[in-house]
Amino acid sequence: MKAQDIKALLDEPACDHNTKEKSGCARPRPGAAAGGCAFDGAQIALLPVADVAHIVHGPIACAGNSWDNRGTRSSGPDLFRLGLTTDLTEQDVIMGRSEKRLLHSIRQAVESFNPPAVFVYNTCVPALIGDDVEAVCKVAEERWGVPVVFVDAAGFYGSKNLGNRIAGESMVKQVVGSREPEPPPESAQRPGITVHDINLIGEYNIAGEFWHVLPLLDELGLRVLCTLSGDARYHQVQTMHRAEANMMVCSKAMINVARKLQEGYGTPWFEGSFYGINDMSHALREFARLLGDPDLTRRTEDLIAREEARIRAELAPWRERLAGKRVLLYTGGVKSWSVVSALQDLGMEVVATGTRKSTEEDKARIRELMGEDARMIEDGNPKALLGIFEETRADVLIAGGRNMYTALKARIPFLDINQERESAYAGYQGMLELARQLALTLESPIWPHVRQPAPWDSTGMPLDTHTHQEAR
Amino acid sequence: MARIIRRSKALSVSPLKASQPLGAALAMLGMNRAIPMLHGSQGCTAFAKVFLVRHFREPIPLQTTAMDQVSAVMGADENLVEGLATVCGKSRPDLIGVLTTGLSETEGADVERVIREFRQQHPEFADVAVVPVSTPDFSGSAETGFALAVTALIDHQVPESRQAGAAPGQVNILAGAALTPGDVECLKDMVEAFGLEPLMVPDLSGSLDGHLSEARLSALTTGGTPLSHLDRLGQSAATLVMGASMGSAAEHLEARTGVPNVRFDSLMGLEATDELMLTLSRLSGRPVPPRLQRERARLQDAMLDTHFMLGFSRVAIAADPDLLHGFSHLIREMGGEVVAAVAPTRAPVLERVAAEQVKIGDLEDLEALAGERGAQCLIANTHGVEPARRLGIPLLRAGFPQYDWLGGFQRTWIGYAGARQALFDLANLQLSNPSHDVAPYRSIYAHPEAQTWEEPQHDTTASSASDHAIWH
Repeated sequence: MKAQDIKALLDEPACDHNTKEKSGCARPRPGAAAGGCAFDGAQIALLPVADVAHIVHGPIACAGNSWDNRGTRSSGPDLFRLGLTTDLTEQDVIMGRSEKRLLHSIRQAVESFNPPAVFVYNTCVPALIGDDVEAVCKVAEERWGVPVVFVDAAGFYGSKNLGNRIAGESMVKQVVGSREPEPPPESAQRPGITVHDINLIGEYNIAGEFWHVLPLLDELGLRVLCTLSGDARYHQVQTMHRAEANMMVCSKAMINVARKLQEGYGTPWFEGSFYGINDMSHALREFARLLGDPDLTRRTEDLIAREEARIRAELAPWRERLAGKRVLLYTGGVKSWSVVSALQDLGMEVVATGTRKSTEEDKARIRELMGEDARMIEDGNPKALLGIFEETRADVLIAGGRNMYTALKARIPFLDINQERESAYAGYQGMLELARQLALTLESPIWPHVRQPAPWDSTGMPLDTHTHQEAR
Repeated sequence: MARIIRRSKALSVSPLKASQPLGAALAMLGMNRAIPMLHGSQGCTAFAKVFLVRHFREPIPLQTTAMDQVSAVMGADENLVEGLATVCGKSRPDLIGVLTTGLSETEGADVERVIREFRQQHPEFADVAVVPVSTPDFSGSAETGFALAVTALIDHQVPESRQAGAAPGQVNILAGAALTPGDVECLKDMVEAFGLEPLMVPDLSGSLDGHLSEARLSALTTGGTPLSHLDRLGQSAATLVMGASMGSAAEHLEARTGVPNVRFDSLMGLEATDELMLTLSRLSGRPVPPRLQRERARLQDAMLDTHFMLGFSRVAIAADPDLLHGFSHLIREMGGEVVAAVAPTRAPVLERVAAEQVKIGDLEDLEALAGERGAQCLIANTHGVEPARRLGIPLLRAGFPQYDWLGGFQRTWIGYAGARQALFDLANLQLSNPSHDVAPYRSIYAHPEAQTWEEPQHDTTASSASDHAIWH
């Protein structure tokens, strides 16, 4: 990818960071960087497209160390769970045989799996040795008659965030608009309900959590043309241009997709979240607002009233157990506030929240929820996190998977909020699971066992003379 | 305190119970150069033998007095004398355990008297110890039979003495029926790690540990507690009683020798093992060895890692009382709940099981309770496979018999390391159980293409063959 293309991607007018002096996304700092590369970001953003053959063109590290590693779920095809890579060898690199290997790899994938499309991910080594991956993809597409989409996101191009954008850009430029959606099936038509087509951008169906939300959208007559990319199919991505409204779900990662769909096709969009009762209801209301259908608005309000009453009743016993518990939340971006509202719904007190990837707008929202002097954590290195945990007398740490063992080794209750997790927290129903998991770790009887020292001294001799089971 | 629910139906369906003579035979098999002989019809022995052979995957020395129609009515004293003489003549064992059965008990056999007659008739076999045990099939279970056999060994073979503590570094261990050969081995190791000499009664780790011995064929056990050890029990500093079922045996031993005893209901989990460590440290005057301290720290770490899966987990257990007690406390220590607990017979320890109630019953009762109360995992013997399949939940095999599982007979459950592995296995079962995942949902508007998904043909042979041509 050319330097100016990367620069163009980093300049994202829809992103609040753009207005700050450092244009676009910040560069990672050598020696103190966490998180993935551009390839990681691109792969993560698109891999959930379930029926596509995702081929990683590079040496084994890129796919070999990362494949089948996410909690995203499919309701049908599972080709995406196969790791496919050209696994380049030294000979390939030296002798310039990597393009040839890629061409034959694409053919093998097409012949073996008969996918509706192939996505080819570039990586550092082919980018550096100058493979013309784009040309290979074109040749392959012509020869085998299957769309071959080139995702040019070699790791060194930049951060994971940039990779997300490259992935979105690839979809908008190469896939979206190449097919028209079918009319809604007759069987699904209900009298008096106008079907509106929508897209969800940045929804990954982690642990199947979107299946808590989708039935409600169906009920309202909102047909999801595509979720980019949880439980998605290639043909759905092709039809994204026909949506009447788009939602950017819980992440700035693919904000460029929402913006470009608006620029190209005039689709209005909003940013929202499915975490927490308030945000879930807010998201539904936003769709109704953008679509401007009074009947939909009425039905949406009815549904919200019904679902909120139901879930609040079901949550009542959990609220009793969780109320007043203090949470240290360390996550990025939109989740920094969307999860706050979910936790407050449970009667919990959020003592501090991470704002590493949050925008100014995110921070304003945090202040709205947590008060003006809300404590925000910019740098959440493990040591700092543990310090803040103690200082704020928190009861539980909620963070991404990579902080899990920081917490556990420090004998701190923990809840995983990021993409590797195994629990579904989205939607009204997801709140129950969130409450359950929080109570599970907070109320676990293991804490005294792991916090108290062994009942003997440093030399291994029993501490007390009192014996529990004195020899008779 | 767990509530005990009595057996409430006439028919036992999918029995959990194994008979008393079988348990007594198992205890006798933990003695060196021994052979148990069941005083009953041939079938009594044949069934028990097949049961034990299949569980341990070992040849099992077990004989029968082969009562027939005439001897059943007219008296089977002759059979017993002849059986003893034959076994003595053929194999010259150190010990024969004579175990009564339902048949001989109903007939009213006076085994003690017949053994005296055998002694008079066959003075040439005076060096063979013969220990009778009254184990009618119609009372108790394998666990009580095991305990009765150990009690009989003590009554008949341990000399009355008042020399308790004469061998201060020596500790008696009454190893109950819940301990596998692996558990017994682990227990010995832990005791020895404190510089103490354990005298095990019995010692299944020497006989049924699945070892290949020099002798190609043996009609007797080829390991286990030497009879001579029973002479030395009176000099020990203490008797450690492993399993509540061994309480009566412990009382007999203390009455005969004055050696004080320390009792353990079970040895599963952190707390129970801590208690054992403190006892051993006090007995030996030595510190807890660094290796065991390390194992404790590993168990603590495993508790942290597995509490996410085992917290709030709903477990159903069917086992003999001691084993049921052990597992229930392990589960409770992790924040799980034993929602269904079934034992085949009553025992005082059942009131101390960590569950709301314990049902005296069979695997049908377990299945009903587990289904009713939403169990997510079953702990039972091999006969739990079908109930688990019907309930759609995973099974952890424990107890007798385990026909369909290699290595189950020697699995170590006790101590820090045993508990750690048990936690890993239980947590893995939870992870592998898809029942608590969100059910896939397909939109009513879904394009038919997304619904007609066929498994692709993995036709890799053709392409790899042509690849071969290209690459070489």
